[in-house]
Amino acid sequence: MVEATPPKIELRGICKSFLLGHGQVRSVLDDVAFSAQPGEFVAVIGPSGCGKSTMFNIMAGLETASSGEILVDGDVVTGQHEHFAYMPQKDLLFPWRSILENTSLGLEVAGETKKIARARAASLFAAFGLSGFEDSHPFELSGGMRQRAALLRTVVQGREVLLLDEPFGALDSLTRTDMQSWLQGVWSQNAWTAVLITHDIREAIYLADRVVVLSARPACVRLNLTIDLPRPRALSMTTSAEFAGYERTLLATLHEETRSSRAP
Amino acid sequence: MKNSITVKLAPAPRMTVLSALAPPAATLAALVITWQVAVTAGGVQPAILPSPQRILQQGWEARTTIWENTLPTLQETLLGFAVSLTVAWTLAILIDFSPGLRRALVPLLVASQAIPIIAIAPLMVIWFGFGMLPKVIVIALVTFFPVTVGLIDGFNRTDRDAINLLRSMGANRWKQFVYVRLPSALPSFFTALRIGIAYAVTGAIFAEYVGAERGLGIYMAMMKNSFRTDLVLAAVAVTAFVSVCLFLLTYVAERAIIPWHSKARRSWHG
Ligand SMILES: Nc1ncnc2c1ncn2[C@@H]1O[C@H](COP(=O)(O)OP(=O)(O)O)[C@@H](O)[C@H]1O
Ligand SMILES: [Mg+2]
Repeated sequence: MVEATPPKIELRGICKSFLLGHGQVRSVLDDVAFSAQPGEFVAVIGPSGCGKSTMFNIMAGLETASSGEILVDGDVVTGQHEHFAYMPQKDLLFPWRSILENTSLGLEVAGETKKIARARAASLFAAFGLSGFEDSHPFELSGGMRQRAALLRTVVQGREVLLLDEPFGALDSLTRTDMQSWLQGVWSQNAWTAVLITHDIREAIYLADRVVVLSARPACVRLNLTIDLPRPRALSMTTSAEFAGYERTLLATLHEETRSSRAP
Repeated sequence: MKNSITVKLAPAPRMTVLSALAPPAATLAALVITWQVAVTAGGVQPAILPSPQRILQQGWEARTTIWENTLPTLQETLLGFAVSLTVAWTLAILIDFSPGLRRALVPLLVASQAIPIIAIAPLMVIWFGFGMLPKVIVIALVTFFPVTVGLIDGFNRTDRDAINLLRSMGANRWKQFVYVRLPSALPSFFTALRIGIAYAVTGAIFAEYVGAERGLGIYMAMMKNSFRTDLVLAAVAVTAFVSVCLFLLTYVAERAIIPWHSKARRSWHG
């Protein structure tokens, strides 16, 4: 059997348990497996505390899996960080750096000269709605702008896969809707492969090509649902019958998981 | 927007200088006036407790001598504190990079604070004479600890998620230090610096008191021996003034070196 092209990324049998001391073990991930094609946007949802961030930490090489493999373009890359650009839950913009300096940090760390790093980051400011804020400091920006700056810092690294951990989780709902439609827009103009963790089912459907639902802890993949909505997606699409159908399916699966995670 | 790196520490003064200085100045004035009235009304002997007015007057007359003794004290303080800062930074950085060194050194640092300076300072004079060196050692000994501990603590205060972000970018330990741990520690450092500088002046006076050629400490000792309580207190006032000036200077340095700190705080809390 010959596969046409390997997926951009693939997780195979990822397991993770933490030693809690006193000989106790907390099993967090139990055989998590899914993949993303090049240019595909995969959203991951699951009950809170089920291990989503842990899964990202393993993908980004920050945490070692107890077992399992990560593949990029068919090659095993478990533990390597250079394929993934990671956007953590907190924006983590440093108050001692201007927005331009914050967004070019990844390139600078990777060894680019300050000048080139800043020029590369600056060229994206317009697309990210940050023009004119190059020399501002993080505390002068609104929540939405901070998230866009954090995302800019992530994509400018030019890594193959973006890992976005609840990027809009801390925003008010109006700003969040704004950011979703903005991200959907920049997404359609770029060939990024991305995995997005979210606790917002509508956000997952609206943004993703596929939604992966994780079970309660220890997490495994409960549902892998393809979202067959045309792109570019207008906000009005979120009220369509198909959208509502996806929402019902996901909600039902997630509810089941949340209930079982509360059971003793 | 509290999800960026926040470090909670003594805030830099936000009010205007005037509104910050007014309350302590008023309190001080009230104390001085009470003192003056009490001494005058009670007919206390100047050798026991001179009035503020007498201290001011006699101090002014002795101003050349006091100034000549202030300069060496200031020099020792600054030199000793510079040595202390160098030692503190070196130790703190070494400890930050090596858990082994942390286990080896931190107990010794703590033990070093148990050394009774009151017993060591006179020995310093025996070992190193009446010059600058014993003073510099005493000052460094009493100030390096709070600064070192403040720095170590500051480095460890760094947000773990920020370290992880840097690691995901491929930063090695050194780059993590330069890009995150060091800037995260600076607010802690300035707090420790303020504690240290207050100890430094006291340390200098103390080291001089047990034996020196010149300096406010030995001046106070000599004036005490000749029952010039007024001049002792004049020298105390000068010492306090020098301390306050150095203390305020740390705020100036903080504003210059980490201007983002007070601005970020202000926007988070207001
Ligand atoms: N270093 C660790 N040691 C022990 N338990 C951990 C550690 N990191 C995470 N966990 C546990 O793993 C579980 C999943 O955490 P996380 O991945 O952050 O969940 P999610 O992002 O899905 O909300 C939680 O119950 C958490 O307590
Ligand atoms: Mg999480």
